[in-house]
Amino acid sequence: MRVRPIRDGTVIDHIMGGQAMNVLKILGIKGTSSAVVSVAMNVPSKTQESKDIVKIENRELEQKEVDKISLISPNATINIIRNYEVADKHRVELPDMVEGMVKCVNPNCISNTNEPIISKFQVKKDPIRLRCLYCEHVITENIAELY
Amino acid sequence: MKFGRRHIISMKDFTRDEIDFILGRAIKMEDLLKNGTSDLLKGKILALLFYEPSTRTRMSFEAAMLRLGGDLLNLGSKEASSIAKGETLADTIRVISTYSDAIVLRHPSEGSARLASEFSSVPIINGGDGAGHHPTQTLLDLYTIKRESHLENLDIAIVGDLKYGRTVHSLAYALSRYGANITLVSPPQLTMPEQIKADLKIRGAQVSETENLEEIMGDIDVLYVTRIQKERFPDPTEYKKVAGAYKITPNLLENVRQDMIIMHPLPRVYEIDSSVDNSPHAKYFEQSFYGVPARMALLTIILGVEM
Repeated sequence: MRVRPIRDGTVIDHIMGGQAMNVLKILGIKGTSSAVVSVAMNVPSKTQESKDIVKIENRELEQKEVDKISLISPNATINIIRNYEVADKHRVELPDMVEGMVKCVNPNCISNTNEPIISKFQVKKDPIRLRCLYCEHVITENIAELY
Repeated sequence: MKFGRRHIISMKDFTRDEIDFILGRAIKMEDLLKNGTSDLLKGKILALLFYEPSTRTRMSFEAAMLRLGGDLLNLGSKEASSIAKGETLADTIRVISTYSDAIVLRHPSEGSARLASEFSSVPIINGGDGAGHHPTQTLLDLYTIKRESHLENLDIAIVGDLKYGRTVHSLAYALSRYGANITLVSPPQLTMPEQIKADLKIRGAQVSETENLEEIMGDIDVLYVTRIQKERFPDPTEYKKVAGAYKITPNLLENVRQDMIIMHPLPRVYEIDSSVDNSPHAKYFEQSFYGVPARMALLTIILGVEM
């Protein structure tokens, strides 16, 4: 089946193969939502082993959402589509620090109590690791599950 | 060296020069202790916020402050304070920092001292945060090694609960600054956390691991023993599997180096047989004493006393 071009919205390309559903999770898109979304999974790619693609109509992503996607798919590209044209195209950039986006997995971390703080993680690359600035616990797996 | 109003959260934050500076000041404090007391911190107030039981850390800070002519504010029991009403740590710190010149915090949650430093207008001293860090214990440990052994070219074995033991996490980071040859000895369930071993590797530390204590006893200058901490185990049956995994007895000391020393942050339970106490190798009670000059040194430094 051929997926038609979208008039306005966002195409997220070069998502790491198998991560498309986690991208939808990050964007809060569930099966019951009314958003018009196209998903291609495990598509052959010249630059990576395989890639996923997500097209979302009538929505441009917020920076916070782009930062979250970078944590699970650091090579993803964001294409903003306006009137069938690519109005903006850029790679996601892995931030040095993420705040208030990921919950620390250490149940004894002070950030998991009722203190008036937000979670803070230092981000390290290759492979992606998140280090809690409070308890120093390092997260390397299932990052998408922690939003 | 300028330390003024600095938070003391983790040994990872210290350079070797800074540690040496504190240990050098501790020697002066030990000399001062021999001559009685002083008024170097007269008019200064140290607040003690202990959310967990403590004997040595709390009382040695109290002794250090009193020996320097300073005063203490003590939170007392949690049940008798606003903590029992559900006050956040952040609010408690905001308030207590307006009453005092520095705060010693012991808290069961990892990262609590880091959080406190964000809300405090005075230096926070981490007196132990869950299974995280215990930097002032490390300062007295290093001071003990300096006084009773040597910090250069050190061969040290760290034994026991390396997973939950905050004292050994801090100690390993600090020893990495001295190029020590560190052997980690623990049951498989209680090995040093992977991220700390990775950090130590990045810092160029010489680290090896074994379960067999006997085979390395003849190769070390310092045997650092820790308690298997029942209170840190989520599952009591897991604790029973490893409790008593290592016990230091006179037999174990037969072939050690003549000047090898045994240390323990105390309290001990089963790890060191009391028959070892009179051995010339046993230095854990001296180690406990060294907490006072080490903490006197730290207090004078962060409260800006020049000497």
